[in-house]
This record gives sequence, structure tokens and C-alpha cells, in this order.
Amino acid sequence: MAKSKTVQKNKYTKMDFTSDQAVRWCPGCGDYAILAQTQKLFPDLGMDKENVVFISGIGCSSRFPYYMNTYGFHTIHGRAPAIASGVKIANPELSVWVVTGDGDGLSIGGNHTIHLLRRNLDINVLLFNNRIYGLTKGQYSPTSEIGKVTKSSPLGSLDRPFNPLTLALGADATFVARAIDRETKHLQVMIERSYKHKGTSFLEIYQNCNIFNDGAFAPMTNKESKADKVLWLENGQPMLFGAEKNKGIHMDGNTPTIVELNGKFSTDDIMVHNESDYVVASMLANFTYQPEFPDPIGVLYNIDAPVYDDMVSKQIAKAIDVRGTGSIQDLLNSGDTWEVK
Amino acid sequence: MEKTFKNIENVVIRFAGDSGDGMQLAGGRFSDTTAIVGNDLSTLPDYPAEIRAPAGSLAGVSAFQIHFSSKNIHTPGDKVDVLVAMNPAALKVHRAELEPGGMLICNTASFTKKNLTYAGFDSNPLEDGSLEDYFRVYAIDMSKIVAEVCADMSLTPKTVNRTKNLFALGLLYWIYDRPMETTKNWLEMKFAKRPELIEANVRAMEAGYNYGETTEIFTTRYKVDKADLPAGTYRNIVGNYALTLGLVAAAEKSKLPLFYGSYPITPASDILHHLAALKHHNVKTFQAEDEIAGMTSIIGAAFTGNLAVTASSGPGIALKGEALGLAIIAELPMVIVNVQRGGPSTGLPTKTEQADLLQALYGRNGEAPLPVIAAATPGDCFYAAYEACRIALKYMTPVMLLTDGYLANGSEPWAIPNLDDLEPIDVSFADTSSIVDGQFMPYLRNKETLARPWAIPGTAGLEHRIGGLEKEDVTGNVNYDPENHHHMTLTRQQKVNNVVNDIPPTEIYGKSSGELLILSWGGTMGACRSAAEDLQDDGKSVSHVHLRWLNPLPKDLGEILIRFKNVLIPEINMGQLIKLIRAEYLVDAHGLNIVRGKPIGKGVIIEKINERLGS
Ligand code: SF4
Repeated sequence: MAKSKTVQKNKYTKMDFTSDQAVRWCPGCGDYAILAQTQKLFPDLGMDKENVVFISGIGCSSRFPYYMNTYGFHTIHGRAPAIASGVKIANPELSVWVVTGDGDGLSIGGNHTIHLLRRNLDINVLLFNNRIYGLTKGQYSPTSEIGKVTKSSPLGSLDRPFNPLTLALGADATFVARAIDRETKHLQVMIERSYKHKGTSFLEIYQNCNIFNDGAFAPMTNKESKADKVLWLENGQPMLFGAEKNKGIHMDGNTPTIVELNGKFSTDDIMVHNESDYVVASMLANFTYQPEFPDPIGVLYNIDAPVYDDMVSKQIAKAIDVRGTGSIQDLLNSGDTWEVK
Repeated sequence: MEKTFKNIENVVIRFAGDSGDGMQLAGGRFSDTTAIVGNDLSTLPDYPAEIRAPAGSLAGVSAFQIHFSSKNIHTPGDKVDVLVAMNPAALKVHRAELEPGGMLICNTASFTKKNLTYAGFDSNPLEDGSLEDYFRVYAIDMSKIVAEVCADMSLTPKTVNRTKNLFALGLLYWIYDRPMETTKNWLEMKFAKRPELIEANVRAMEAGYNYGETTEIFTTRYKVDKADLPAGTYRNIVGNYALTLGLVAAAEKSKLPLFYGSYPITPASDILHHLAALKHHNVKTFQAEDEIAGMTSIIGAAFTGNLAVTASSGPGIALKGEALGLAIIAELPMVIVNVQRGGPSTGLPTKTEQADLLQALYGRNGEAPLPVIAAATPGDCFYAAYEACRIALKYMTPVMLLTDGYLANGSEPWAIPNLDDLEPIDVSFADTSSIVDGQFMPYLRNKETLARPWAIPGTAGLEHRIGGLEKEDVTGNVNYDPENHHHMTLTRQQKVNNVVNDIPPTEIYGKSSGELLILSWGGTMGACRSAAEDLQDDGKSVSHVHLRWLNPLPKDLGEILIRFKNVLIPEINMGQLIKLIRAEYLVDAHGLNIVRGKPIGKGVIIEKINERLGS
């Protein structure tokens, strides 16, 4: 949970988290909504802003730190998780946020992402997934669907895409969630829950790139289709969707199927979401890219596990406890020594 | 029978055997004892890259060389006086470097038909007389003797046979008149939980000692008097450990927590091992997922106000290159250590080389200058690491520290420094006083050093953003203006140039002008100094200058160089410093370039100089 142990000194408004730099994303970009929700939410999180650090890599999303009036570091391509790890280990009191994208976090920086997740540092990762390379002007990304026609794949991309959620689960993440840029209220809730999770939080945000991949998430955001294409997850609640909430996920043996609540099936036959169940989370994550299933949105997985930066501090405290605070002069003088007169 | 003592000045012993024969251990123990006896010494471990090469193979030969003396010495020695060859492969690999008339001590038990064939011998050289003309050969069945002395112990024959290195060690202790106490104490610590191993090893060592005393094979023992070292308390120290202590000393003097992020790589990993054992010094070690994360994690730690350090070797430094650029443009203090090894690519992981100098200076995109310092001896790794940290913190810049495989694993007697005698490292983080018109200016510089303020997260009122994009001076805002970029490029360069003010006047060993100047950097210091000493004793007009800083170069170097008719630069590379010297000072320097994965010996330097001076 909340990182700063000191009691918050200040009361803030959105403006306090807004820097003086002009925002330079394309008009209509989904990034604006994510920035606005973050700036709106932060005054309520109870942190002193000097204890907040945003770290990003390279890409459109990675401009994010410039617009937050906190400590910020716009670094190099893919390395934000490793830099953030250094920040967090150096000072575990800080609230550390990584802003990354599908290219930055899953392609060039994929290695750092999975290792951050497995170590479980108390860092919040916001992964803006627009399924395209925006900053380099429109090549397919590791989350683009097979067959995607882009400048670098005129005959269609041959790459099988990564599913960020299964990847995070496979890396033993302790908090895995998904939000959508347009669903601003829900997005705020997801950012807040990421913040409250102690350990690495992995929040994938569907983000529309209206310039190079407009409508990538249209089925999940269009009025007409979204009720059928989004499965809103709530812990302990049955997995229902559809405009009338009359469809749901039913387990047919080990296989999830979509059923209608029409007499043959009732709510009792519908799978109930359990955020601490890895198998359920994996099943949900795999709905992504399967056209017949709705995309799960919300917290898929949330468990408590030992936090790396805590353990670092404890190990040092214990070493000091056992051996006393080390003195370099004693260390220099140790070992086999002899005098020359 | 009567044994006679002979006084000698210098000895070079090489312990060589199969990787499993415990040669590093024997060499290490001999070094510690020799240090305590008061000789000056210098060591060079030489071990294979393979963890377990096939037993008896040439590739699996592991060696440890020690040079000790009653005089001041600077190198592990060129030619070997005593070769301990525990198997045929060791003999094959190392006999060429044994001096004619030198002592060759072999374990006959290992000279089996199979091992001989494996090492490429047609017949047994211990029996066919092919060695007697050249060396004094001592063929001893060490395996049999250790089996006899441990016969009443309930240990497996294999375990007993593994004590034969202690037999060889004991014999050498006898020959060179050294006490066995230090080694006994060490064994007691090492095998505290297995008293039977202490017993077996002590018996083997004593058997070796007594073998010298009682058999008639050895008639002469040698005495090497204490060396005339400056007064002080000494310990024997290995380079990587000295470097570790230098980092911890800098952390303690600067009152900063030490953050060390790195990925294991030969020959730098020992620094990680040493630091990981020093958690009670408030040292944080982070074994990163790769070299890039090692580097970038320290950028994060530096941004957050820790003394941030990483170490690697050439291949890893190549991977860190892009992130080094970020550290330079972000102007954050940190130290990057390159323990150089043979390249290119994976190259010779366990062997030494000096071929990463130009990489250190130029191996990044864009104009990306950083200060580069190189350690000269194993013990100097302490001071070089300390100085690298001090300069990084003073100038708010990454500093590259170069050592090499020889310095890292080599050892020498080391006068223990007093912490109070080290230059202070004063660090002050930025506070609200660096706010101008209500705004914090992350690139408002110190007039003298051009260092920017270090404003760390957690400081109220100094919230700011930095990054890898070009920034406007003073405000640090992203800026693409051509004039600003030119100005910032010059400023970053000038800041590194300013480090020259922290470089003391260059010391010239010998006369300040003359026929020839040897110019060295890094681990070739010892060989160059020894060559200069010998040549000066010979009445030659030869002086020696050693460079500690490679970037910037000392202010007075240009005027020194032109006072000599010849400048010779020995390097374990194809000529890297020489390019710099020629370009910088338009001096017609000459190179001596040998790239064999070994330290350069003084012999070749002397030869080369005599040739140049026409004598
Ligand atoms: S290119 Fe796409 S992702 Fe990038 S700023 Fe423009 S709309 Fe947003």
C-alpha cells in the first residue's frame, strides 16, 4: 500500500499535479484521458507529491512524466522498469510509477518488465497498449494482431501477438488488471487499486492511437458493441455481461463457455470471479484475442506476496543487527596483517 | 644430511596443475605466508575459462604465479624459477617459460600413459631424459606419500589424493624457509566443520616439508630477506577486493548508502560477491537481470541520491553504452568499472587485456564525454575506486574506472590506509535555496566545477523532470534549439575537462628529460617501472611516466613529452593510448603492443628500448 510512511502534509488539487509543460500528444489521443484521470486521482491518494516519482522509457506514452508535477525521469527505450527498481531500492519510501507502452514494455524492454514482476518490487506499472508503434510512425507492435497491415508489414504482420495479461501472469505478477482509456471512472479505480497493492502492480490500459491505429479497441468502446464485448470484473461477483447482463461465463468441465441466462442456465451456473485464483485469472486473460469472448476489464489477479524492496531493507537491518554497523576502518584492518617498522 | 642455506633476492614460482589440483589454493596460501614473512610480492593467477575442463587436458590447466623478493618489485615476473607441474598437461603448457637451470617439481603419479597421451607426449619426459639437460628435475610420487601419511584416517582415497597440493606447498615452504603456521590457521578456519580435512591437509603439508628436510634429493634451501617496504601495517590484497574496499570507503566518507547493481561476468563478479557480504555496511547489492539493467538500476539509484556503482567487463560495457549516454546527459554521479579481459566478443574471459580504452573514451553515440581513470596495481584499485567516486560526486558525472583481469586477480602487499588520510568527499543535496523565482533549476551549475545540483526525490519543492532528450541549460526543459544544443555539448565537455584541476602534477620516475620516456597506463605500470629501474641502473637515459587519468589527461603531460627524444608506450592492445597521445600532442610516440592475454613482462620492454636506443 501507500508508500510514504510520513503523514501527508499537504492538501492538493489536480493543478498541483499538473506541470507547466505543454502537452504534446496528438489531439484526440487516448493518452490525454489517462493523464487527466491520474492528475485528478492523485490528490486523493494521500501522498506528498515530493515522494512521487514517474519513470518512463521511450514512446508516446513515455512523455507522461513531463506533464506530472512530481519527480520524473524520461529515460531510454525499454529500461524504465530497471531504472525504477534502482529508485525504489535506493529509497523504498517513494511511490514509484512506471509509464510504458506495448513496444517499450513488451518488446525492447520485455526482459526488464518480466523481471520487475517476478521480483515484486512495490512499483506501479501503467502499460499503455495501443497495439502499434506511434512515435516511430506506425509499425506493428508486439501486441498487434496477426495479419496487421502497417508500413513495416505491407502484406500483413506475421508475428503472433503477446497478450500482456498472460505475460504478466506468467512472470508471477502479484497484481494484474486492465482498464480502458475511455472508461474514465473505472480507470481511476484501477489506478487507485494499483497504488494500493503492495508489490508490483501491472495495469494494462487499452489506449486508442487515433493516428496510426484508430479504433483498435472499438468493439470494447463503441456504444453498440461494448456491452457484449467487455466483461467487467468484480471480485466475488458472477461473470455476467451483455446489455441486460443476461450472458455469462459458465464452466463446461474445464472449458469456459458463454451461456445465456434463459431458463436452462441461471446465475448459479455462472463462474464467480476470484481475484486471488491464478487459474481463473489465466482463463480470463486468455479471452483476449478470442473474438467469441468479451475482453476482461478490471482486476484479474491480486495476491499478497513478499515485496522485494522490503526484503532488501530487512536483510540489511538484520545484518546490522547480527554484526553491528560495519566500519570500513575495521574492515581495512582485518585479515592477516603485519607491521613494517 | 647437511643442508646449506643460500641467500637470494628474487624468486618466481609457478604452481601449475589440473583445474582440480588446487593450484589457486596453494598459490594463495604461499602468497599470504610470503607476505607475512615480509617479502615484497606480486601474484598472477591464470585459470581456464572452462569451469570443469576434462581432467588432464591442456585446456584444463590452472596456474598461479608468485614473484617475491627482498627488493621492491612491481610485476609477477617474466621468467619462472620454479615450476610445480602436477600433471603432464601443466608441464606441456608451462615448460617454455621455466628458466634454463630452473627447478621443476612434478607429481609422478599423474604422469600416467593416459595423461601423457592426452597432453601430447610420446614418452614420459620424467623418464626419457629429455628434461635433465635443461632443468633440475624433482620427480616425486606425491599421491603415494599423502596416501601413506593419511593411511590411518578413514577418508576416501580420492579425498586423500586431493591434499597433494598441500604436499607441494609444504615442500616449497621448506625450500624457501617459510613457516607453516599461517596456512594451518587458514585450514582451521576453512574446514572448521570438517576437522578430518584439517588433519589430512596439515599432514600432507608437513609431509612435503619433511620430505625436503629428510630426503637427500634437496641439498640447498634459500633465504629471501625481508623487503625494505615503507613503515606501516600491511596485508596482502587482491585487486577486486581492494576495489570493493575503495567503494565502501567512499560510501562511508561521503555518508551515502552504496548501491551496487550488476550482472555476473568474469572477471568482475568478485566485486559483487564481496559487496554482497557487506550488507552491514549499509550496502545494497542488486543482481540485475542483464547488463543493461545493472547499468540502468544504478542510474535510478543515482537519481535517488545513493552512491551508485556498477562493474562489468568489455562485453557488458558494450551493452551498457546507451544507458551511459543517459547518465551523461542526465548529469548524475556514478561509477562504472570495467575489469577488462581479452576481446573481441566473448574473447578470453579469464585473461587480461587493455583493449577497452577507446571504448571507455568514445564507445557511445553522440558527444558523450566522461572522466576515465585506471588503476595501476592490485592495491591501487582501492585508491582508484575511491578517487572515481570522489570525482563523480564532485562533478556530478558518471566516471569510468578501468582495471583488468591481472589487476583484479593479482595481489601484492598493501599498506593499510587510514581513513582520515583520504581526501574528504563532501556531498550536499540541493535544497530550496536553489529555487529561482519560484522554480527549481536542475541545471543551474556550480561556477567552478560546472556540476549541477543533486535534487533527490523526497525533497519538497524541488520536484522536477529530467530525461534523455536535450535540455535547456539552467531550466532542464526539453529543448531542440541549435544554439542550445551546441552550448550544452560544449558545457558537458568543459565539465569533464575541469576534472583536470583535480589531477596532481605528473610524477616523472627518473630524469625530467632525456633519451626515452616510457609512458604507461593501467596494469602495465609495474612492468614499465621495473624496466625503467633496470635501465637506469644500467646508466641509460630512460624515465617513466604513468597515467592515472586517461580523460582528461594531466595539464603538464604535453610539456613533459617534448622533453624526451623518444616516447615508448607499451600496451596490451594494438595501440590505443598512442592514438590519443599522437592526436593530442602531435608527438611521434612508438608503441609496444603485445596481445597475448597476459601482462607484458619487463624483459620485452627492455629489449625494445635497447633496440630503439641502438644499444
Ligand atoms: S501517435 Fe498515436 S499514441 Fe502517439 S500521441 Fe499520436 S495518437 Fe497518441
